[in-house]
Amino acid sequence: MGERVGIEVSLAAAEAVKMANVDVVAAYPITPQTHIVEHLSELVAEGELDAEFIPVESEHSAMSVCCGSSAVGARTFTCTSAQGLALMNEIVFIAASLRLPIVMILANRSLSGPLSIWNDHSDVMSIRDCGWIQVFAENGQEVFDHVLFAYRVAEDPAISLPVIVNIDGFILTHMIEPLEFWDEATVKKYLPEFKPVNQLHPDHPVTIGAFGMPIIFTEAKKAQDEALIKSKGGILKAWKDMADLVGRHYHPVETNHLEGAETVFLTMGSFGETVSVAVNELRSQGKAVGQVSLRLWRPFPFEELREAVKGVKKIIVIDRAISYGGTGGPVASEIRAALYKEQNMPTITNFLCGLAGRDVTTDDYIKMYEQTEKMAKSKVRGEDYIIYGVRE
Amino acid sequence: MVKSEEDIKWEDLEVGCAVSNPGNARQYKTGDWRSLRPICDKTKCIKCGVCYIFCPDMAIHKTDEGYFEADLYYCKGCGICAQECITGCITMVEEEE
Repeated sequence: MGERVGIEVSLAAAEAVKMANVDVVAAYPITPQTHIVEHLSELVAEGELDAEFIPVESEHSAMSVCCGSSAVGARTFTCTSAQGLALMNEIVFIAASLRLPIVMILANRSLSGPLSIWNDHSDVMSIRDCGWIQVFAENGQEVFDHVLFAYRVAEDPAISLPVIVNIDGFILTHMIEPLEFWDEATVKKYLPEFKPVNQLHPDHPVTIGAFGMPIIFTEAKKAQDEALIKSKGGILKAWKDMADLVGRHYHPVETNHLEGAETVFLTMGSFGETVSVAVNELRSQGKAVGQVSLRLWRPFPFEELREAVKGVKKIIVIDRAISYGGTGGPVASEIRAALYKEQNMPTITNFLCGLAGRDVTTDDYIKMYEQTEKMAKSKVRGEDYIIYGVRE
Repeated sequence: MVKSEEDIKWEDLEVGCAVSNPGNARQYKTGDWRSLRPICDKTKCIKCGVCYIFCPDMAIHKTDEGYFEADLYYCKGCGICAQECITGCITMVEEEE
């Protein structure tokens, strides 16, 4: 196995991209993604990574370049945050419909306004239905591992879809963590050479991105939906093979202290680490509390989620974005929908917190737990969602 | 040749809807767009071919007799041929059927 080093997570992510031996990096710098792109630029300039670094004039161009380079068969990387993602939005959807295996790290940041550079999940929720495979990392090691995982999955000929690795801005990007690098032989074993399903090449003419009339559009969308749903097989295999090679076991839905749990927290991304401390504290007080983290967001892990929360009475869903004028948090609304047909559907309490980098501590989670228990005891129908800690 | 569009199931589509048989746009009946049809008065036609040159869809071809006529499978009825015709022998008439 590779060595364990103390390194900023952004630099480690860039090193993982280097180990994946990408051919093209097209990106535009934006906080908090900047260090990843800067480090890749240095690696290319110093000759450590033999790739084209294309310093585009906008994120719209970045994703457009990525589509072109992926279509000719180049292993392609990009990285953005919030407003940058919003600017590339149009092409993000096209990349998925063209089934181009691009990998993007999304350093999660709140969408303005008010203008903010800090971390939440409003950016990724704006492209929830973009058709990419989407995973969340909780810590630096998971970020490193999931860059390699993302290429393995994206380029699987049975999948051929782009992948987003979500990493919380600042909380992960700017954190220095001890993490284990892979050695080159292991990367080689895990990640085969990229052989595109469709390739723009003069010897084999093919049209990619053609017009689709109403008579074919519905079939095209069905095919795209099926491709994303079926990708789960390859995703599970990629995690299993990683476990065999490096000994870290990843699952679509991660669980902690579910034994006899009546109430569970549900999070995505780095907040799961803080919740795990709160869960330990509550367990030490004799409370039947557990934890579920969604690692896989798309395709949504319906079976694994239903299995994980079987017998659970209450779920505290933590959302990091607001669906204005709607159901509150986008994650909670999906959890409710996913469990709607279950015989004993748990009560779902939805807390919106950690917006634009506001700290959420273990004490806050304990308060959310206590508030949930209190609401469960009262006869009044609870709020659909609670914006935690808002001054009023 | 490939299946007609009505018979294509979602499983039949190539990954990402790629098109691997070049030139299949030929099957697409742009004539469906037409609301006006070009009619040529052969008594005025001087067989100059200006209509053929200006047709943006290359839907006009030369007949054995040397006249020019539109292939209604592709003709969208844009009327450029009627506009450009030197002798005014082409008129656009409403499609009524």
